[in-house]
Amino acid sequence: MLGALAVPAWAQALTYRIMPEPVGDGIWVVRGADGPIAQDNGGAIANITIIATSAGTVLVDCGPSLRYGTALKSAAEALTGQPVVRVYLTHLHPDHIYGAGAFAPGVVAATPQLASLLKSEGAGFSDGMYRLLGDWMRGTEFTPPSVLLTAPQETFGTRRLRLLPLAGHSAADLAILDETTGTLIAGDLVFHNRAPATPHANLATWQASLATLRALPHRRVIPGHGPLDPTPTTAIDQTRDWLGWIAQALRDAVLAGDDNVAAGNMPIPPRFASMKAARYELQRTVSHLYPGLEADLLPRIDTKR
Amino acid sequence: MKLRAVSVAVACLLAWLPAAAVAKLPVDPLASPMWQPLGAIFFGDDVVRFDDRVRVIFPAIAEDQHSFPVTIDARGIKGVKRILLFADLNPIPLAIDYTPDAAQPFLATRIKLDQRTPVRGAVQLEDGSWLVSGGWIDAAGGGCSAPPASRVKGDWAEHLGQVRGVALRQADGTHVRLAFRHPMDTGFVANIPTYNLDEVSLSGANGKSYGTMHVEASVSEDPAIAIITDATAGETIVLRGGDTNGIRYDGSLAVRDGAANAALAAR
Repeated sequence: MLGALAVPAWAQALTYRIMPEPVGDGIWVVRGADGPIAQDNGGAIANITIIATSAGTVLVDCGPSLRYGTALKSAAEALTGQPVVRVYLTHLHPDHIYGAGAFAPGVVAATPQLASLLKSEGAGFSDGMYRLLGDWMRGTEFTPPSVLLTAPQETFGTRRLRLLPLAGHSAADLAILDETTGTLIAGDLVFHNRAPATPHANLATWQASLATLRALPHRRVIPGHGPLDPTPTTAIDQTRDWLGWIAQALRDAVLAGDDNVAAGNMPIPPRFASMKAARYELQRTVSHLYPGLEADLLPRIDTKR
Repeated sequence: MKLRAVSVAVACLLAWLPAAAVAKLPVDPLASPMWQPLGAIFFGDDVVRFDDRVRVIFPAIAEDQHSFPVTIDARGIKGVKRILLFADLNPIPLAIDYTPDAAQPFLATRIKLDQRTPVRGAVQLEDGSWLVSGGWIDAAGGGCSAPPASRVKGDWAEHLGQVRGVALRQADGTHVRLAFRHPMDTGFVANIPTYNLDEVSLSGANGKSYGTMHVEASVSEDPAIAIITDATAGETIVLRGGDTNGIRYDGSLAVRDGAANAALAAR
C-alpha cells in the first residue's frame, strides 16, 4: 500500500480505458467524456462506435490520438474476435479522427467531400491538440483517409450500413445507419445532453440535415457526444432546439447592441439544464458566429453609406 | 567643468530617487513578469491599488486568439475618468485608452492574444489614483503575428471607413455598439507595417462629448467596441474616428428606444 502511494502520479503511463457499452446486436458505443478536451480525459470526448460483422470489425471514428487509436483497435478486436477492416471518419474534428494512424492502409474511409476538406484542414489541428494534451498526443500525426466512399452503402458479410453524406456541423458530415439494428450513428450532427459545438457550423444547413436524419427509419441514435438516445428523436430534437435557440438569441443580442461578453453570459433557458458544457459551448459559439452576425444585422452608420 | 558634470549627475540622481520611491507598485496578485515595467509606463508616479470592483469579464477559454472578448465594467465605482485595457504579455500591451465623459465606466471590445497572459482593466479616479483588476487567460500563440483575414483575402482596402452600429436606450443607459472594418495590422507580420484605427470619439447634441478613446493595433481585426452613454432616445450620436493613415471613420446613429425595440422583437 505504502509502496503504491510512493509512486508519483506523473510516473504513471497515460492510458486510455476503452469500455464498450452494448447498444444492440453486435454494436457497441465507447463513450467519450462529456466535457471539453482536457488533460484529465486525454481528449477522449467523442463517442466511438464498434460494429461486429462476419467480414470483420467496423469502427465509426477513432479518437483524438495515436495512443487512443491503438488502444481502441486492440479493445475492439478483443471484443469481436475479428480484425478491424473499416474505420469511418464522420467529420474533420481531431477528437474524432486523430487516432487514424493506428490502422492499416485501406481501412480508414471518408466521403470525397471530407477527404478534400482534410487535405487543407486536417493537419492544422495538430498544434492545438499537442498544446492542450501534451504527452497524450505522442507520436500522433494527422493521417489522411485512404478509402473514398462513393457508394450509398457498404456491406460487410450480411450487415449493410447506409452512408448519409450531410453537412452543417461542418462542411462535410457523415451519418451512418446500421440497418440490422436500426441504430443511427449520427456523428456530431447530433449531440445529446451535451451542448453542440459550432467551430465550423452552418446553423441553417445543420437544421436541414437534422430534418433529414429525423425522417430516417431508425430506432435509436448514437450521438457524437453525450449518452445513447434509446428513442429515435429525443436527441435530434434537443439538438434542433438548442441550435434554434442559439440562432435567435444571438440575433437578438446583436440587435440589442450587446457585446460578446454579455452575449456569452446570457441566461441559458432551464430546458437545457441537462446539457453539459452548455456555458462553455455558448461562449465558443459567440466567438464563432458573433462577428458575422454583426456584419449581417447592424446597419452602416458611416458617412460613406 | 568636472564639478558641473557631477552636479548634473547628482541632480539626475535626485530626480530619479523620488520617482523610484513612489513607483513602488503593490505586489501583483497575478505575479506577472511585466507588472513592474508596465506599471511604471501606465501609472508613473500615481497611486495604484488592486480592486475587484473593476470587473474585468471575459470567457473561460480563448476560443480564438485573434479575437478575444473583454469587458471592463467599473459601474460600481464613482468618479472614473479614464479606463485602460491591457494584456501584459502582448507585444503591444495597451489595447484601448478610454476617457468616458457623459458615459458610464464601461468598455467592451475584442483583443488579440499573443500568448497566455494577464488581461487587465485599470480605472483612474478624480484624484489621479488607479484601481486595477484582471486575470490570466490561456491562449494559443500568435494572435498578434498572424496576418489578418482581410490581408489573406486581399480585400482589406475595400472596406476602410466602414462602420456598422446600433444605439439602444435601455434602463441602465444607452448601449452603443460600433463595428469598424479595419485590418488592424500590428507590424509583426512580414512586410506589413503597423496600421490601425487609432482615434474614436462620440458626441451628442451641441457637441456634448460622450467619450474619446485611443485604440491600439492589439485590438482585433474589424474592431468592435461597446460603451454605455447617457444619450437619450431619439438623439443623434455623432461618431468621429480616424486611423493611422488618416482614413476617416465618421458617421452618425440615432438612439432607439429599447422598450419599443423589445416590443417590436416580441411581435
